[in-house]
Amino acid sequence: MPNYRRVLGLLSFHRYAFPAVRRALTPAPGSVTMPKRSVLNPAAAGSLGGSMEVLESGRGRLLQTPDLDGLRRWNREHKSMALVDKLVDEHEAVRRCIDDGDYIGFELYGTCRAPLSIVREIVRQGRRHLRLVGQGLQDVDWLVAAGMVDAMDITYNAYEVHGLSSVLRRAVEKQGLEVVEWSNAGIAWRFKAAAMGVPFLPIKSMLGTDTFVRSAGKVTEDPFGNGRVMLLPALVVDCAVIHVHRADRFGNCQLDGISGFALEIARASRKVLISAEEIVDTETIRQYPERNVIPYFLVDAVVHAPFGSHPGEMPYLYGRDEPSTLAWLESAKTLEGTEAFLDQTMRRLPNHAAYLELIGGAAKQAELRALAVGR
Amino acid sequence: MTERYNGTELLICLSARVMEDRSSAFIGTGVPMLAAALAKRLYAPELVSVFEFGGIGSSLKYLPRGVGESKTFYRALVATGICDVMETAARGFVTYGFLGGAQIDMYGNLNSTVIGDYEHPKVRLPGSGGGNDVGSFCWRTIAIMRHEPQRFIPKLDFVTTPGYLSGPGAREAAGLFPGSGPYRVVTNLATLGYDEESKRMQLIAVNPGVTVEEVVAATSFPLLLPAKVEENAPPTDEELRALREEIDPEHLYI
Repeated sequence: MPNYRRVLGLLSFHRYAFPAVRRALTPAPGSVTMPKRSVLNPAAAGSLGGSMEVLESGRGRLLQTPDLDGLRRWNREHKSMALVDKLVDEHEAVRRCIDDGDYIGFELYGTCRAPLSIVREIVRQGRRHLRLVGQGLQDVDWLVAAGMVDAMDITYNAYEVHGLSSVLRRAVEKQGLEVVEWSNAGIAWRFKAAAMGVPFLPIKSMLGTDTFVRSAGKVTEDPFGNGRVMLLPALVVDCAVIHVHRADRFGNCQLDGISGFALEIARASRKVLISAEEIVDTETIRQYPERNVIPYFLVDAVVHAPFGSHPGEMPYLYGRDEPSTLAWLESAKTLEGTEAFLDQTMRRLPNHAAYLELIGGAAKQAELRALAVGR
Repeated sequence: MTERYNGTELLICLSARVMEDRSSAFIGTGVPMLAAALAKRLYAPELVSVFEFGGIGSSLKYLPRGVGESKTFYRALVATGICDVMETAARGFVTYGFLGGAQIDMYGNLNSTVIGDYEHPKVRLPGSGGGNDVGSFCWRTIAIMRHEPQRFIPKLDFVTTPGYLSGPGAREAAGLFPGSGPYRVVTNLATLGYDEESKRMQLIAVNPGVTVEEVVAATSFPLLLPAKVEENAPPTDEELRALREEIDPEHLYI
């Protein structure tokens, strides 16, 4: 094993002997320097590394412990490689998968392939002290508005072209909702870390900013010489809710179009609740096994939810119901309007089928299908 | 006097002219989407649009309203996921990144998280979204801003997205990749860039009918002024026609 002191010594010699080596080794002003060796880890002697000293810690709270051992044990005890029929209605799926106090996440992003029929069912059943992750539009807004959320790992919550979220503004500015900041890649890679079974991932984003300061990440020096890195804690989710184009009754899933972060969050979650536009025979899955992006053994419940993304869109199937989203945004401006909206479109309805009737039944569905962008 | 165009149309046209053919650009919501669509029609037919939730190389035939929408990958070359897109940017494939924000400082740092004190904010804004990642990974970022004294300020309420942070060398010291960072700011008053040495914002060109004094007055930090300030050409008839008739006929944005 090479002695690193000797290697450094040789380099030190050559930097004086050869100008080209000196130029290569002399960092430009302000550029990356080699790790400081003030704190040497004896265990790392003989390799390149010093100890990975934490240089900075984000001030945000770690809302969910990155318990990888717990995830492994959970999977061993609660998941099965057997093909078990998991097709249930949305009431049973939410009852089975989401408990008070859970840390939950939704995929994809607000108005595209969004599991909004399931979110409406969660509002209908009611849950307390939830914690949420992610980007959000209606999915996050409705649960926050319904008073079910204590804290949130946030990357973005607003309506893009339609502006800010009134719900988030009220919750943070007036009601003291706890938020911890991350970037979009940061959150997606936190899922990825959990999916990989590693406790953290070093990344080259969020560094040097208040987004880091208000996160629960840490900064250290890369022991292999690439300067500072941010350490993202793995994010193990209690329940992920994902809407897909088609699934079989065991939970094998196919998506069309962009995959968002479906693959990562499904593998980072203890429980996975799938809603699908279409329930297909397993033969469909077996014909294209390479398209099975969320395999059955990850999944706990499968719900048939045609137009489940409404008022969001479903790539190649139906477009966005923009007036419906705008109606929500108008209602959300006041507490009374928000309550009335939640009552009318969720709490007073028995199920998703009744919701589809409320928004206009078959005629509305044909109208939305005509808005699909196509291929 | 009735203007031939409005402020948003001017911003879109100026942003489109910054886009370079056969390059890749991270496209955020709003003006960048229209600018990319306009650039693809007139100046940069082989511009590769990159959207964070997975769409790369869309024809941009239909104007998206969101970065995760089907229109971001209509007849695209790639429909992948957010990790793959961000990792692609982290490996140096994405040249330009278009960003917005409520506040910007002289080093091009951006705030899109809160106005006021973080613990007790006056206004809670959306948060980073992909902004911080775009600002960290793209070779050159372009901010599109409304130019007002309360937006161009010496100290941000919150640094959501990294510009040159506290000045020369600060990005690299923080651990960000060398050679990346802010490149242009396109506003309703001017086009601005950054001084090579000091990394401070400097004026490049004023918009039609705008004086240097007006730009300085709308900027609350000391703005570097070059010996010669250019003047941006107003939107052409061709740009306005493409924008109004082909790109945003429903006037969603313009």
